[in-house]
Amino acid sequence: MPFKRYVEVGRVALVNYGKDYGKLVVIVDVIDQNRALVDAPDMVRGQMNFKRLTLTDIKIEIKRVPNKKTLIAALEAGDVKNKWENSSWGRKLIVQKKRASLNDFDRFKIMLAKIKKAGVVRQELAKLKKETA
Amino acid sequence: MSYKFHQFQVVGRGLPTESDEHPKIYRMKLWATNEVRAKSKFWYFLRKLKKVKKSNGQMLAINEIFEKNPTTIKNYGIWLRYQSRTGYHNMYKEYRDTTLNGGIEQMYTEMASRHRVRHHCIQVIKTATIPAKLCKRESTKQFHNSKIKFPLVFKKVRLPTRKLKTTYKASRPNLFV
Repeated sequence: MPFKRYVEVGRVALVNYGKDYGKLVVIVDVIDQNRALVDAPDMVRGQMNFKRLTLTDIKIEIKRVPNKKTLIAALEAGDVKNKWENSSWGRKLIVQKKRASLNDFDRFKIMLAKIKKAGVVRQELAKLKKETA
Repeated sequence: MSYKFHQFQVVGRGLPTESDEHPKIYRMKLWATNEVRAKSKFWYFLRKLKKVKKSNGQMLAINEIFEKNPTTIKNYGIWLRYQSRTGYHNMYKEYRDTTLNGGIEQMYTEMASRHRVRHHCIQVIKTATIPAKLCKRESTKQFHNSKIKFPLVFKKVRLPTRKLKTTYKASRPNLFV
């Protein structure tokens, strides 16, 4: 299986450990075998160990170590936010976040909606069963 | 990023006497874990260079030196003198890091691991920021590539917080990238 996601300048990665957990950052330069210089629009450019990063499929076109303005412009041009939120991985994370932030009333509403959906599915199933029987 | 070793600028001189009203002032830049150790190290080195001791000298200033550009990557060359089991040796090592304190910390940990040298047996002679063309070591030169690209070969599955750690898991983890 060849590798598809490489550590390179412009690779977008997700932070999976530590203070910036859950943030999307861009690899802006490689320090050495274990660390990269990462940058994001809302954080100071800093170093991060690769063990804290999970590479994504998204890559943007930047030169080595761009300044903040160029980086933000490149993120807009690469449409990173939309690509991430429409990808299956990004959508799953959004759903997880939503579920974690529910209050009791929301969970009640979800219970009712689930029951309704199950009822509709069962009706259709009954209809199909009758047709084939 | 908290570093164990901080860089201090220590300024001191011998006490003024009748024969020498204005003794020469000496300044040293050194690495220590705290200010107290930095002052002690200052007198240790100064004793070896000039005829002055802490008892007949005075500390004029001690300031911590912070990194000017901690967001850019630099190649640091460190010249050091260390004591091994058989004698003293000089060494030149190169490190790639964002701050000089980070490079020095890498040096101390590497000397401890590779040569079993404890930090009190190491004296930093000189440090310098080396431009990429003048780096001597292959391990730093291999990262001087503006189109650097490599895959992460082994993905260690790690929980986002240590609180969520469990001894047993339902399924084997996927280690591919």
